[in-house]
Amino acid sequence: MSDSIVSVFRPLMPAVDFCSLRFVERSRQNLCVRHDVVEPIVNHFSRGAQITIVNNGGSGYAATCDLSKAGLKAAMEKAKEWAEITSGQMFSRAGASATRAATRSYRSPTGREWNSQTIGEKLDLLAQVNRDLHIHDQITDWWAALSCVQSDVVFVTAEHEIHQHFDLLTQFLGVVANNGRETQTRTFGVEKAAQGGLEHLDRIGFKNRATSTAEEALALLQAPDCPSRPADLLLKPRQMILQIHESIGHPLELDRILGDERNYAGGSFVTLDMFGTYRYGSDLLNITFDPGVDTQIACYAFDDDGEASERVFLIRNGILERPLGGALSQQRAGLPGAAASRACDWNRPPIDRMANINLEAGGSTFKDLVALVENGVLMDTNRSWSIDDSRNKFQFGCEAGWIIKDGEIRELVKNPNYRGISGTFWRSLKAVGDRATFEVLSVPACGKGEPNQAIQTGHASPTCLFTQADIFGSNG
Amino acid sequence: MRNLQEFFLRLFDRLANSLRSGECLLANFLGEHSDFVRLNANKVRQAGEVRQFELELNLISGHRSARAMANVTGMIETDTRYCLPVIDLLRDQVDSTPDDPYLLINRTVENSETLTEDQLDPATQIIAGIISTSKSLDLVGFYASGGIYRGFANSLGQRNWYVRSGFNFDWSCFLESNKAIKSRYAGFRWDHAEFERKTARIRDTLELLAQPEKSISPGSYRVYLAPAAVQEMMSMVAWRSFGAKSHMTRQSPLLKLAQGLERLNPVVCVDENNQNGLAPDFTRTGFIKPSRIELISQGRPAGMLVNSRSAKEYGLTVNADAEYPDSLEMSPGTLADQDLLGSLDTGLYINNLWYTNYSDPNECRITGMTRYACFWVENGRIRAPVSPMRFDESLYRMLGPNLLAVSRDREWILSSDTYLRRSVSSMRLPGLLVDDFNLTL
Repeated sequence: MSDSIVSVFRPLMPAVDFCSLRFVERSRQNLCVRHDVVEPIVNHFSRGAQITIVNNGGSGYAATCDLSKAGLKAAMEKAKEWAEITSGQMFSRAGASATRAATRSYRSPTGREWNSQTIGEKLDLLAQVNRDLHIHDQITDWWAALSCVQSDVVFVTAEHEIHQHFDLLTQFLGVVANNGRETQTRTFGVEKAAQGGLEHLDRIGFKNRATSTAEEALALLQAPDCPSRPADLLLKPRQMILQIHESIGHPLELDRILGDERNYAGGSFVTLDMFGTYRYGSDLLNITFDPGVDTQIACYAFDDDGEASERVFLIRNGILERPLGGALSQQRAGLPGAAASRACDWNRPPIDRMANINLEAGGSTFKDLVALVENGVLMDTNRSWSIDDSRNKFQFGCEAGWIIKDGEIRELVKNPNYRGISGTFWRSLKAVGDRATFEVLSVPACGKGEPNQAIQTGHASPTCLFTQADIFGSNG
Repeated sequence: MRNLQEFFLRLFDRLANSLRSGECLLANFLGEHSDFVRLNANKVRQAGEVRQFELELNLISGHRSARAMANVTGMIETDTRYCLPVIDLLRDQVDSTPDDPYLLINRTVENSETLTEDQLDPATQIIAGIISTSKSLDLVGFYASGGIYRGFANSLGQRNWYVRSGFNFDWSCFLESNKAIKSRYAGFRWDHAEFERKTARIRDTLELLAQPEKSISPGSYRVYLAPAAVQEMMSMVAWRSFGAKSHMTRQSPLLKLAQGLERLNPVVCVDENNQNGLAPDFTRTGFIKPSRIELISQGRPAGMLVNSRSAKEYGLTVNADAEYPDSLEMSPGTLADQDLLGSLDTGLYINNLWYTNYSDPNECRITGMTRYACFWVENGRIRAPVSPMRFDESLYRMLGPNLLAVSRDREWILSSDTYLRRSVSSMRLPGLLVDDFNLTL
């Protein structure tokens, strides 16, 4: 399909400043077993194209699932019409993207293909996980799921043709426990969504995590509430990814800084003049945009405007260096950015996005990190997230916490939360875990944009220690 | 758009002809033809059109089923060729799964049709008018318009069709960072005089925002939550609170209300009012929704939203498509518009809330931010704008002992959500006067 659409599209291209086609063909299959019952298999087959035209300072797009010659021609006319109407009215002159790299393709590093196992074999795995989750009468809900997404994305201009193929695997298990007075939930796996195939399940030990996850949910029912007091906060990677996502990734998006998102996702406390000088965090804070981490969910060779991607530092030794933004935003801002103009599907236009935004590992072992804490709390796995529209005042909650006293991990606590202000919080970063504490993870659905788009973002992080955070439980 | 309806039914008939003995086919059509225009600084930032048609096929054989959603083009031959192999795939998948004890579809044929006349002006004309009227304003917003199509057909003979053509303009006018007014205008025919009236009110409110800002400390405050703020709160409450599955598995944040451990103020009545909403009257498994479902009545739990799967699992009656409200209503109270500020006396007038999430689901405790125009009121008069503050408060307190009054006027807020496709959800909500509202940061 992708080859034929290029040959249909190219002869239709009008004489304009810039014209591109982005074709996306995607198939998804979801398998779920809940309460030991196999739920109906759900398949999605998405196929469509978006045509963008830039001409005389105007720009327009048209997206269609009619991929016939007549369908593409109609979309091209509509995109051209919007470009003509907006000529001279655009917020800024739309820049025509250009690819630079010689490579013109990308393919996910997939070992064992999704179809290398039968549906029955995959359902058997989920059924076994269900049995391992349902270990007590107080467990009121339990489920296990697998999802595979395979996408072919083709980006075509007069000069360039880029083909990228992505395989994404998501696995998820969860358990809910209730003792008549309260409910606690533990989950595992969704944050480990990755590019690749079924080999990923072995890598993360998916089937072996069920019983321990259920035991933790039950233990939370008996656990005391998280204390409410200022204390040191040790965050494991499964919470760090939300902290990075919300209070570093989003504030650095150029379209937010330039005001495009103010009506929906919000702006940013970061301003254009901060780049190069602003102390975002302590010296230990190093953040990269890295589209090349093996199997991380947002790896790609080109963004959806056709820009070649490369690893760049966003924050180095605590100093803000570079924003996240594609070619057009970089032009508007007069700053170098990153190839991060992304669209969730063929029916949405590219906007500035996170891709893989990672906190680089430091030098402390997990034992060292715990030993540094006289009085604190260890938190794991995000369950609640909220932050203001400038990405400053945040509050996060986790599924589980553990008291740390005099350099030792003590008892489990439930309902752990903390709140703070982005800049202050990152400047209180006291120690960063080493590679042994480092996990490559993801946020599988980040919402943004008008029209709305939900997209996968990758985040990798070690365990990190922050001093004197505002920690609280149910009564805080 | 009769042509699209005919296309859907013809395509369905062709696909249904391929069924084997003992098989049943359900099909849902989801289509839209949308213009999307983004504005920033009162100029067009992104403009385009999306034309998308999706067909959901649900193949049932005995007590087993499998489902597929596929984009279709609107051309009968092309789409037949594309979808027939999808049915073969579903047949293979049905064969490889065990019996499903919770499979339930409507087997009583109930046809229906909802058609609204297309009264929309061209988006280009509307946008030109918006930009002209908003001259000198720092306007940032999003205009969406066009037709939305939904259809259902099954091989038992049921046919349902739904078309609405409407617009939704959601915008903010900024004075400076964090000082802005959020507005909405949605409906079926754009009335530019109405937009001009809204813009005049925005210009007046911007003058209030230009006053020196007042800093307030964390603590408990009397607040008035305008309907748009209540909508943000109720959107969070709606997530997992009203569904049968959430209740039966003890995950609903309103569990203590259901168990009788908590009670809300008797003035609190919450319904899923399908009759007054915009969503289709049929579910994806072919059931016709009741016109109204009481969820909370006089502060007490009254009902749940039940989809077909939960109905079979828990022995309930189907009354919803998803277990999430599409047309939520909260009953009005007695607080008149002209008495709002006087009743608030001293406290915060909160127009909008933002980014809510549960901080403690067991207590239905929700955190979030104030956003846009939030004012400090003293002795019944607006005194100063207030910068965004974080709140953390239990719904049981807000709608229980701390609820002082409910406004007489309600606002019908049409969802501007466009994840995957344009939303057909709406909420009809009053404002709430609440005491001891907890601000934390």
